[in-house]
Amino acid sequence: MNRRDFIKLTIKGTAAVMLVNGLDIIFQPPDVHARTSPRRFVFLVDIYKCIGCGFCVKACKLENEIPFDAGVSRTWVERYVVNGEGEVFADTPKEARYGFTTGRIDLGRGKFKDIPQEKTKKAFFVPKLCNQCEKPSCVQVCPVGATYQNADGVVLIDRKWCIGCGYCIMACPYGMRFFHPVHRVADKCNFCYHRINQGLRPACVQACPTGARLIGNIKDPGDPVEKIIRTQQVAVHKPEYGTNPQVYYVGLGEEVR
Amino acid sequence: MHILRPLFVVLAIAAIILIARSIWIPSDFGIHERGYTYGWYRQSNIEEWKNFTVKYQGREFCVTCHAEQVQKLTSSKHKNIECENCHGPALSHPADPLKLVLDRNRELCLRCHTNLFYPNSQRSQIKGINPDQHNPGLECVLCHNPHEASKPR
Repeated sequence: MNRRDFIKLTIKGTAAVMLVNGLDIIFQPPDVHARTSPRRFVFLVDIYKCIGCGFCVKACKLENEIPFDAGVSRTWVERYVVNGEGEVFADTPKEARYGFTTGRIDLGRGKFKDIPQEKTKKAFFVPKLCNQCEKPSCVQVCPVGATYQNADGVVLIDRKWCIGCGYCIMACPYGMRFFHPVHRVADKCNFCYHRINQGLRPACVQACPTGARLIGNIKDPGDPVEKIIRTQQVAVHKPEYGTNPQVYYVGLGEEVR
Repeated sequence: MHILRPLFVVLAIAAIILIARSIWIPSDFGIHERGYTYGWYRQSNIEEWKNFTVKYQGREFCVTCHAEQVQKLTSSKHKNIECENCHGPALSHPADPLKLVLDRNRELCLRCHTNLFYPNSQRSQIKGINPDQHNPGLECVLCHNPHEASKPR
């Protein structure tokens, strides 16, 4: 082999290798496999605005066919009361499906606590719902591929595919998942995917009288929720878990667990 | 030759598993937008969730027939309360159900109007009562009209 042939062969060989690589990108483009949806649903909760009426919980249970009297819910409202000594008392009587109609804190096991007005230093309500994490740990642990994140960022559960093993219920750092007593599968909030997909607001957002709960699309630059998240002080629950939750809170304090 | 027999058994088992797999697993089950870690699922399930029945129709639906009542409500202090919060989900009313069940319970009003002095919450700005002292046992609607958010009539 002379030098000319060697160089020709090298050029041909390099071209062939690059072509094979190129074909791979043409037929399996990484950009296509990545998210292409123009929507990424996010949620915004304003703790100052929440009045603890519990209409969100009622609407959620009826909209999503969760047995009303069962002690499980896709969303709930927690009450936090901090007294003068800095002690934190929290409760969520019946997931707040009937709201908070008394000042007594339900400590559980039949015990109640009254905190008089002059001793109440901080008190507020915190609505909780599925965070639709960008890196959902509940999805990673599913052994059968029954729970997944779709292109819009919503984590859904395939009720035909779920075997009810409960790994996802254990894996969620926020305790959002529960075992559906009728369908016998894992269940959780999905931002009312059947509603937001057709442009309606989730049932809880519609039922909220104060605008404490809002849904938005973080990929839409004109979206009011996107603007608040980008321009105001918002926080998420338990960022240390690395799940990148997508339910943002205005006025979230360290008392909230 | 008989040394190869275990191999044939293994091949037969593998073939049975592969055939069973192709029958049991739907063709749309696989890796989708979010990759293997988060997007390994049966794609037709998304359609199943999209077709879930909507129960709460919203005030925009109520106003098409009950314009007068909605008008009354939206000009009162209760303008932020959705009709269905008290009247229940509309479903496909008036076909089904023919009539909605109105919740007249005292507890419904107390959701917002129990006096709670919570400094960091808008709750403290709502006019409230102590349910143990303010006409206990009586329905609020006996005196107050919720559509007008009024003083006792």
